[in-house]
Amino acid sequence: MSGWERTQTAGSQRVGRLIVYTLLIVFALYYLMPLFVMVATSLKSLDEIRAGNLLALPRAITLEAWAKAWASACTGVDCDGLKGNFMNSVSFVVPAVVLSTLIGAFNGYVLTQWRFRGSDVMFTLLLVGCFIPFQVVLLPMAQTLGWLGIANSTTGLIFVHVVYGLAFTTLFFRNFYVSVPAELTKAARIDGAGFFTIFWRIILPLSPPIIVVCVIWQFTQIWNDFLFGVVFSSGERQPITVALNNLVNTSTGVKEYNVDMAAAIIAGLPTLFVYIVAGKYFLRGLTAGAVKG
Amino acid sequence: MNQVSAGVPGMDPGAALVRPRRGLADYLEIALPKVVLGPTLLCGLVFIYGFILWTAWLSFTESRLLPRYDFAGALQYIALFANERWWTALKNLAIFGSLFIGVCLALGLLLAILLDQRIRAEGFLRAVYLYPMALSFIVTGTAWKWILNPGLGLQHLMRQWGFENFTFEWIVTPGMSIYAVVIAGAWQSTGFVMALFLAGLRGVDDAIIKAAQVDGASATRIYTSIIVPSLRPVFFSSLIILAHIAIKSFDLVMALTGGGPGFSSDLPATFMYIFAFNRNQIGLGAASAMMMLMTVVAIIVPMVYSETRRHRRA
Repeated sequence: MSGWERTQTAGSQRVGRLIVYTLLIVFALYYLMPLFVMVATSLKSLDEIRAGNLLALPRAITLEAWAKAWASACTGVDCDGLKGNFMNSVSFVVPAVVLSTLIGAFNGYVLTQWRFRGSDVMFTLLLVGCFIPFQVVLLPMAQTLGWLGIANSTTGLIFVHVVYGLAFTTLFFRNFYVSVPAELTKAARIDGAGFFTIFWRIILPLSPPIIVVCVIWQFTQIWNDFLFGVVFSSGERQPITVALNNLVNTSTGVKEYNVDMAAAIIAGLPTLFVYIVAGKYFLRGLTAGAVKG
Repeated sequence: MNQVSAGVPGMDPGAALVRPRRGLADYLEIALPKVVLGPTLLCGLVFIYGFILWTAWLSFTESRLLPRYDFAGALQYIALFANERWWTALKNLAIFGSLFIGVCLALGLLLAILLDQRIRAEGFLRAVYLYPMALSFIVTGTAWKWILNPGLGLQHLMRQWGFENFTFEWIVTPGMSIYAVVIAGAWQSTGFVMALFLAGLRGVDDAIIKAAQVDGASATRIYTSIIVPSLRPVFFSSLIILAHIAIKSFDLVMALTGGGPGFSSDLPATFMYIFAFNRNQIGLGAASAMMMLMTVVAIIVPMVYSETRRHRRA
């Protein structure tokens, strides 16, 4: 893209740049607007919301809505805010991310360095797991969780998220390890190293980039999940996304928009924070599977 | 094998007369990869393929509140396609799917081309366009539900600014509610497409572009004739992923409109959930889930097939 600006005159070039920057800024505002609206609304009192409008800055900043969203808002039957649900989410997201990443890493390692007859076919079959609409496994899974005695529990949610996350994590690690030359493994085997030694000493040290990508992707997917949460849990055990939806969509009494917005921000803060801190890796994660394959 | 016969003169290294004995360690080494991969494959077999078959079976039964397993023919499918709400859901899927994909592709491409012009704040802008993807669809739905609120949101804002007759009540209008879902959905997912296109644009070979410049081609010409066609694989990837997101859309609708007003913004995913888990119609829900699966298969399989054939020919 570097040289072709020279083929345009200085004048038209400047107009062109102006148009480009204007468009970009307009779109940036369009994308930032909802975030601004959420934050601003959450800091207003209800009277101010009714009197003012969407884009107005809060005249008197109040954190009441935040306190209520965290500790006393009604999410269904109980009215103790989102803090319990926040902890629920943490309690299953962290183990699910760790487990699915770990297993995915070993799977990717096997599929690329220890190929055996049929391993590629198996990988393709597993890939299907990335594409199915989950509606088609909900009913059987609900039944199965009941039989296993882990329905409506943290363990149940961990189980579900690990099982259905394996396709993605395996894909990430496999696509990454495929570029590790087979000679490395072969040389190590000749030197007498075994399966786990090679993984520990050779593969793992190469892996930080993809581990970060996988962890961020899984964390975002599992924290933001709603479908599994709403089907496989109820009441106090619900993740924060389900609680948020209950809070916003139950229409008892006066609608407290500021509380709704504060609650939405609380629910979105962890993944947003991860994105801001490690966004570069998030991007790489998104394009890892897509562009290559 | 070579170690055995290498030292013996006249012996063909490939044909070992004495086979080295395989110890336990060797057996373990051969078995271990399969053992490691095993659980995952088992999970896939049982929890993906097995469950699909299970749901398929349920869709051929009379299950209501509790599952029944005696075969009852295609009655659920007949009931499904006699259900007005299901047809609304299908129609909405077509509308939502095509608009959502179209807007995301067009806007994503536009933003990528704009960002490709060696912009100063490129990293920052890219982060701004992409951050919605980090949010849950529930958060997005909540935010946009507020923005599109007729009494206090965008419509109110425009009226306060002087546009007295401005109406924007899509979210509570039965015929228009699905378009509100498109707006929120496109806002969330365009950044992702933009990121893919940007990566694709950056991968275009500079030599070809320079050659075209030397030949005197204008900027627009270069874009339309060289660069955009070379983005075909990215179009394809984006299309698959967007189609996939559209077919699975559940969270966004639940948060933004709850499927309403009434069921005017229902999608197959919300239909399945409501009938299987709220209305105690397991059989019907299973049938709708199978239809969703078949839609995904019907769209994605031909696409993947045609693209891989293209690659093999090229």
